Amino acid sequence: MDSSNPIERSSSSEISFKSASRSLSSNPSRASRGNSVRTGSFHDLGSRPVRLGSRGGDSEMFSASQKEISDEDARLVYLNDPAKSNERFEFAGNSIRTAKYSIISFIPRNLFEQFHRVAYIYFLIIAVLNQLPQLAVFGRGASILPLAFVLLVTAVKDAYEDWRRHMSDRIENNRWAWVLVNDQFQQKKWKDIQIGEVIKIKANDTLPCDMVLLSTSDSTGVAYLQTINLDGESNLKTRYAKQETISNIPEKDKISGLIKCEKPNRNIYGFQANMEVDGKRLSLGPSNIILRGCELKNTAWAIGVAVYCGRETKAMLNSSGAPSKRSWLESRMNSEIIALSLFLIALCTVVSVCAAVWLRRNSDELDTMPFYRRKYFRGSEPENYNYYGLVAEILFTFLMSVIVFQIMIPISLYISMELVRVGQAYLMIRDTQMYDEASNSRFQCRALNINEDLGQIKYVFSDKTGTLTENKMEFQCASAWGVDYSDGKISTQNQQVRCSVKVDGRIVRPKMSVKVDPQLLELSRSGGDSEEVKHVHDFFLALAACNTIVPLIIDDKSDPTAKLMDYQGESPDEQALAFAAAAYGFMLIERTSGHIIIDIHGERQRFNVFGLHEFDSDRKRMSVILGCPDGTVRVFVKGADTSMFSVIDRSLNKKVVRATEGHLHTYSTLGLRTLVIGMRDLSDSEFEDWHFSFEAASTAVIGRAALLRKVASNVERNLTILGASAIEDKLQQGVPEAIESLRTAGIKVWVLTGDKQETAISIGYSSKLLTNKMTQIIINSNSRESCRRCLEDALAMSKKLRAVSETSDNIGTSSDAARGPVLCCRVAPLQKAGIVALVKKRTSEMTLSIGDGANDVSMIQMADVGVGISGQEGRQARMGYMILYNFYRNAVFVFVLFWYALFACFTLTTAINEWSSMLYSIIYTSLPTIVVAILDKDLSRRNLLRYPQLYGAGQRQEAYNRKLFWVTMLDTVWQSLVVFFVPIFAYWASTIDVPSIGDLWTLAVVILVNFHLAMDIIRWNWIFHVAIWGSIVATFICVMILDAFPMFVGYWAIFHIMGEVSFWVCLLGIIITALLPRFVAKVLYQHFTPDDLQIAREVEKFGHQRDIAAEVEMNPIMEPPPRR
Amino acid sequence: MIGEATSSGGGGKDDSPAAVSGKKNKKPNYSRFTQQELPACKPILTPGWVITSFIVVGVVFIPIGLASLYASEHVVEIVERYDKDCIPPDYRNNSLHYIQTSETDKNCTMTINVPKLMKSPVFIYYELDNFYQNHRRYVKSRSDKQLRSKASEGKKNIAWKSDQEHKFGSDIYPKNFQNGSLIGGGKLNPSIPLSEQVDLIVWMRTAALPNFRKLYGKIEKDLQANTTITVTIENNYNTYSFGGKKKLVLSTTSWIGGKNSFLGRAYIAIGGLCLFLAVCFVFVYLLKPRPLGDPSYLSWNRNPSGQMN
Repeated sequence: MDSSNPIERSSSSEISFKSASRSLSSNPSRASRGNSVRTGSFHDLGSRPVRLGSRGGDSEMFSASQKEISDEDARLVYLNDPAKSNERFEFAGNSIRTAKYSIISFIPRNLFEQFHRVAYIYFLIIAVLNQLPQLAVFGRGASILPLAFVLLVTAVKDAYEDWRRHMSDRIENNRWAWVLVNDQFQQKKWKDIQIGEVIKIKANDTLPCDMVLLSTSDSTGVAYLQTINLDGESNLKTRYAKQETISNIPEKDKISGLIKCEKPNRNIYGFQANMEVDGKRLSLGPSNIILRGCELKNTAWAIGVAVYCGRETKAMLNSSGAPSKRSWLESRMNSEIIALSLFLIALCTVVSVCAAVWLRRNSDELDTMPFYRRKYFRGSEPENYNYYGLVAEILFTFLMSVIVFQIMIPISLYISMELVRVGQAYLMIRDTQMYDEASNSRFQCRALNINEDLGQIKYVFSDKTGTLTENKMEFQCASAWGVDYSDGKISTQNQQVRCSVKVDGRIVRPKMSVKVDPQLLELSRSGGDSEEVKHVHDFFLALAACNTIVPLIIDDKSDPTAKLMDYQGESPDEQALAFAAAAYGFMLIERTSGHIIIDIHGERQRFNVFGLHEFDSDRKRMSVILGCPDGTVRVFVKGADTSMFSVIDRSLNKKVVRATEGHLHTYSTLGLRTLVIGMRDLSDSEFEDWHFSFEAASTAVIGRAALLRKVASNVERNLTILGASAIEDKLQQGVPEAIESLRTAGIKVWVLTGDKQETAISIGYSSKLLTNKMTQIIINSNSRESCRRCLEDALAMSKKLRAVSETSDNIGTSSDAARGPVLCCRVAPLQKAGIVALVKKRTSEMTLSIGDGANDVSMIQMADVGVGISGQEGRQARMGYMILYNFYRNAVFVFVLFWYALFACFTLTTAINEWSSMLYSIIYTSLPTIVVAILDKDLSRRNLLRYPQLYGAGQRQEAYNRKLFWVTMLDTVWQSLVVFFVPIFAYWASTIDVPSIGDLWTLAVVILVNFHLAMDIIRWNWIFHVAIWGSIVATFICVMILDAFPMFVGYWAIFHIMGEVSFWVCLLGIIITALLPRFVAKVLYQHFTPDDLQIAREVEKFGHQRDIAAEVEMNPIMEPPPRR
Repeated sequence: MIGEATSSGGGGKDDSPAAVSGKKNKKPNYSRFTQQELPACKPILTPGWVITSFIVVGVVFIPIGLASLYASEHVVEIVERYDKDCIPPDYRNNSLHYIQTSETDKNCTMTINVPKLMKSPVFIYYELDNFYQNHRRYVKSRSDKQLRSKASEGKKNIAWKSDQEHKFGSDIYPKNFQNGSLIGGGKLNPSIPLSEQVDLIVWMRTAALPNFRKLYGKIEKDLQANTTITVTIENNYNTYSFGGKKKLVLSTTSWIGGKNSFLGRAYIAIGGLCLFLAVCFVFVYLLKPRPLGDPSYLSWNRNPSGQMN
């Protein structure tokens, strides 16, 4: 099922500021959660769509629920009978294994995974080629060295990571749980838990496996769970045991039964099963299962039966690592590597063609040429000695040149990039400025390979709720029965009232205080019988009752005698509403599955909850059917304005409806989240009808969700409007400044929200996303053909799209035109992903998504970079420079080898010691690049923030583009010519021997490339000095060591040549001459066309004299500055 | 993932009652390294630096260049090509035959006139041209092991201590290079251990370039001007087949090496160029100055609209 959704398969890499961020890629569908009316968890409020409420998922689940779970597809679990449960099928045990390798499998598996990199295969082939005697250019050891080195480094890294996973696995597996064995709960290790066993969980324990709830300490069978480890939501979720099982006491009553459930799957919001207990057949839904990784809260104990264990638990199935995102740079680099390969092939071709020409020309003399000696004259007949004919010789030459020039493809680049990313991530994680005091969380980097893309973002997609705003809702205004209280303004002077009630003899007050409107408070308190008062009462009753809030009484930290009433629920809007109702005297005190108790101005009233139609994204409303103390049955509905006005009977109270509509408009203009509340009295016959169909629907095995939806829409009609509420979702601190910076940095900010258009626009203004200078274009179009095409991923929901799109800003085609920020409202989660995908496809720019909730997951996965922006450091510049530099330094080296091939009769004799040429990219030159790529930075933090526009350099890819690539390659050729020909001319017709001149070349190249790098370092601190000068010294030492082995031809060569003055004169001349053009070009470039970074650097260094001027200059200058 | 979540996922919102207590502070420790605030020097190419560096390079390079040019000029070098001259006139058109048969007399006597005073030590080289001693087949055909196993004390470094083999007197009796010749061979004196076969060792140190010299000997005596040296050469080695030249070289030496003016000229050229560039840049900075760190040069300030893109 999961694979049918393309978004699922895209990765979940994200970099996030919040530790509570999640990277689950499940396809949660809520429609299947049929069974229970009392299901606790749902978001309501049309303005905040359900988490990942994919409509596609709905329909799939619908079709899935059409069929009875067949025996083949089902998993049979015998309650309290692990032996029988496990006898037929090999179910997974509860021990988990996140580690990839074992000791035995490590080497083959790790090698297999490493060789997924094409470059490694290339190097393997070269190493193998080199083993053939005809082609053996290098010694055996030297040829394998580089490959062995990178493989080893990666293997060590993998092994370390895996070892840590092993450790954490061991800790997990050895935790203790209470398991029913022989009618007694005994402690058992997690790894020994089997399917079918009955497990007892105590408060604050973590669940060891996925279990079906049997009973809890609560008499109604409620258990509260915290799922923060699973989906990152910190609020409590309610789960229910079946009425039929809650009375059983496992120790005494022999429990037996059979659960038939679906095969393990990743959907953490879906579960389908049947349970046969005592001959009765019950259906189980997602509200009856508790999942591994969650914690039991506010419940003394809970008993459940294990149905999925170990790797088959939903948590584990979801933890399978998502495929990683490939950074733009890496894919670009691959194309450059192909270019380099072509280059390499060209070089090799030149050599082999030259060799062929030479052989042809001298074909007559080959036999006698003293350095060729084709014929072997030992026997009577001269025979060919190591000569296989012209064609073969040419082929050998070609292959040998590939071997000699192999380092043209920088093997160490992959490793260097990895190390650089680790280093960058380390710096980002350790950054004290990236630490959030409030949540005690630091920056987390979940995907290493996209660091450098942070410097290139062009589009930022942001969720509004919880990302731009705090997601701490505050009740602000109410419109009850057509009257707007608080005059539509957010009043601040209103008295803060905390009403309190007595529960069990103790005073309990709501945890959150709410600003109240005195007039409305007066009305709610007055016991009058006027219609207005009645409706106000109903309004607050609806607020208090029509939700899924669980009231909890907790200790007041400041006042030990008093208790606080805390409302736990999944939707912060509901919490705000419940607190508001409490402030106006309607305090929800108790909620069980069958009834709720509300304290109305000191008078405790009990309402029977007959049924509850949970929120879903189609209806965008929820309703509750209450049996009131006076015997009437009413349905209370609340929901988004669009969906509510379609079910409100407009003929009843035209004036009120119209007034409320006006108020709604006012509220949303203020940036408030609005909800409309309605109700209806149900007659006895209506109630009977509803009750019958509701019972039928909720126990239905097939198509439960659809049936329930139908029942709900039947009862939610002809409502009387009660009023509307407005909730403020406060902007997070610093949001306006951040958005302004992003805008100046040339990043296009798109806010995608489910809110109303007016709300969205007002938030846009307050967050400085929109300014008065901008021309506002509001597009309210229906689902256009192009739009639908673009939102391919949302195809399944395109029908609904049309239904929604009356007010939906379909940005389908606007992306090309969109120069400024874009606000999209009324966007469903999958639409968000669709928009991101669209922009990615249309513009091929870097995108970044920020979101907090599970409803943003798809959007985050779709974007190139998930949550989080550093915005300060042009990482890409560094990384881009590093890649370019890597190409350059290997190319210089290869060119030197190549030139020499022309002077060695095109036969690929290598002057440079084979070990040196292998160590070149590993030891001699690699460290400085890595250090520079990690640590160098353009400017100080302060200055980068001062000029957000500098970010544009990364967006324009100034550090790494094709032009730069070719210019660098030109420079490379020049430098290699200098390195090669200065010694050639200096030592022409002299006694110089091969190893000596080779050593000279080696040292010259190494010093040259290190100086080249040193020229481009922006901030020199001691680490750079150590790395660069250290590398040069290390090279000298290595060359000396290599020349101290008598078995090498170059024995003692370096010591002889270093004794000659000409060696040092050559070296100095090479370095200066080679770098001269580059230096001149750099100076000219910086002088005549300085880029922004350059100017800013100068400002930073010399800025103290010009600080005042600089501040002034920050304002855009209307006229071009005078150029002298 | 679960393991990771349990260890790191606890930092949720503070409104859940149980999550607040007992959490360790995750704030990273401040250090100048992790904050990337290490003291650093930020070099910027100011006009002063640019001009100074050009001048410094020029001032350093030109004297070095002059000195090495001077040294090289004072090296006295006598190059005598003998491959052509040593063929008797009858064989001029059939030099291959001459060199390949064993019947011909290969001895050849040359007289060399010393034009200038040559201070001791005077090195004697033989020079080969167009001879790819660095040819892959040649390089591969040698076996260090074989050489070592033959000679019990195969210390190859003696080869460079060819200074040991001082040869006195102005008359030289060259041998042929048997290990290179096609015919014959085996003329090495088998009684001498390989480590003492200095000429062979010198030969075996592979020349880097197709045009190379090999040290043959040394004259530890000043050669006065107009001295005539008679050299007897055994012209055995076949270079005629590939058009290689054979030369005999007598040369003094200097601190920079042999007679090679390249380095000196190159240094003077580069030094001169740098001085020239210094002057150019002085003009550039005078005629088209750009104030450093002037924010009005920032792209968004240069652009009247103040807008990116």
